[in-house]
Amino acid sequence: MSTLLGRPPVADIMLDDEQSAARAEFADFVDRAIVPVAGDLHRAQRTPPELIRTLADVGYLGLPVPREYGGGGCDAVTLGLLAGELGRGCSSLRSLLTVHTMVAHVLARWGTREQRNSWLPRLAAGSSIAALALSEPEVGSDAGAVRTRITPTDGGFLVDGRKRWITYGHVADVFLVVGRGPDGPTAVLVERDRAGVRTNLITDLIGIRASMTADIRFDQVRVPEANLVGRVGLGTTQVAGTALDLGRYTVAWGSVGIIEACLRASVRYVNDREQFGVLIREHQLVRRMVSDMFADYRAARLLCLDAGLRRDRRDPTALPAAALAKYRASTAAVRAATDAVQLHGANGCSDSYPVQRYLGDAKVMEIIEGSTQLHQVGLADYAFQEFAAVSMGSQP
Amino acid sequence: MSTDVRDRIADYLAKFFPVTDLQDTDDIFKRGFVSSLFAMQLVAFVEQEFGVTVENEDLELDNFRSIASLERFVTGKLAAPVAR
Ligand SMILES: Cc1cc2nc3c(=O)[nH]c(=O)nc-3n(C[C@H](O)[C@H](O)[C@H](O)COP(=O)(O)OP(=O)(O)OC[C@H]3O[C@@H](n4cnc5c(N)ncnc54)[C@H](O)[C@@H]3O)c2cc1C
Repeated sequence: MSTLLGRPPVADIMLDDEQSAARAEFADFVDRAIVPVAGDLHRAQRTPPELIRTLADVGYLGLPVPREYGGGGCDAVTLGLLAGELGRGCSSLRSLLTVHTMVAHVLARWGTREQRNSWLPRLAAGSSIAALALSEPEVGSDAGAVRTRITPTDGGFLVDGRKRWITYGHVADVFLVVGRGPDGPTAVLVERDRAGVRTNLITDLIGIRASMTADIRFDQVRVPEANLVGRVGLGTTQVAGTALDLGRYTVAWGSVGIIEACLRASVRYVNDREQFGVLIREHQLVRRMVSDMFADYRAARLLCLDAGLRRDRRDPTALPAAALAKYRASTAAVRAATDAVQLHGANGCSDSYPVQRYLGDAKVMEIIEGSTQLHQVGLADYAFQEFAAVSMGSQP
Repeated sequence: MSTDVRDRIADYLAKFFPVTDLQDTDDIFKRGFVSSLFAMQLVAFVEQEFGVTVENEDLELDNFRSIASLERFVTGKLAAPVAR
């Protein structure tokens, strides 16, 4: 698809040649393999296994997994570019990348040698799909309060409880389950084929409708000691914290993808639709919506690139940078999608145009990986970190 | 070497603990200004600043509690042979 925007010059100025080439490749793949089917996936509320296979075969699911395990070993910026392009095409598939790479990242970072050797090659190849099982029917934002029991038994753990809203949980081969043990939050890997695991597809979501999101019951599921991930007692801070940090980063990029999709659709539409004898692009209030969308797009994209560059430098400020990017990009995506629907008038409310899909998808971005409100409450801490030293230091 | 490690840790923590009287043995987790993600940031800082890898077994509060304990932890890491 030729783009009316062309390659965004300001954003791209921060990329090196390899990253620019990667983005072009991702964009081409998304235009060919995803954009044409995204609406159908949305309507069918499912991702066909062949499409997951295709994503795996082109190496995208394993792109950030270290090369020694058969992954692409890509840097964070490149992973972000992939999430951005996938998000432009289909937020469900972008969310597959998000959950799968969150688990791979946790295992690469904190997994035992055995876990890395056993799981990372499969996750890199996409021959196994991974999901993160943290949320429960009664527990969302307050992740530390999870109720699923992970109880030590002879030579392992007994997992008992229920998880809900688990993206691609209906098709995942392995779950990184965060629960509660006698010594605090604990995380274990649970393979789908263990006795006592049952998943049910959740349909009719407002967004990411093809994401095979599931309700999962773990009924006295036995896992060996070797499935423990990270330290007992640190399941939330260490394991979920590491996963969500990367999740926020790719969701931020996915949100930028949604804004870009909104811009493309809106620019096309306002250059085609006439009212009052002129193209609607001539109406000032229409222009305002496009201007805001454009400004939001650039700003969110730059925040994402900034977060990626910090990640690649292993800079400790990468963490707040990802949170900031997620907050800004997801809220901007909702604004952009709302305006995109508005610009399309009644057509925007119909299924004949993709913008209504973008609106539902964008709304989900505001809820997952730490809701907008949690960011509004929490980001102030980073402002205090960054500015307290200055302001307090200047006090008499 | 060791004082250098100490100073770099103290400089970093100074960003989070603007009060000028942070003593080497003060428990930073009891001083406030600490967000829930602060511990993970501290891990990231130690890894980036000193080029060490923090492992599962290193995640003891006692390794991160104060300037002195961080210094002890980092110097121990730097002296230990790399195993991974
Ligand atoms: C499509 C979809 C896919 C998902 N995929 C996954 C997945 O793969 N794995 C997984 O573990 N979870 C997943 N989730 C769950 C998601 O992480 C939670 O929905 C999210 O954490 C919010 O929790 P909640 O829905 O229980 O809302 P609640 O936590 O009950 O929040 C309800 C409202 O209260 C607000 N609120 C809560 N606490 C505060 C506070 N302290 N201050 C101010 N406001 C507050 C929230 O912002 C929100 O507006 C998914 C959710 C959706 C919708």
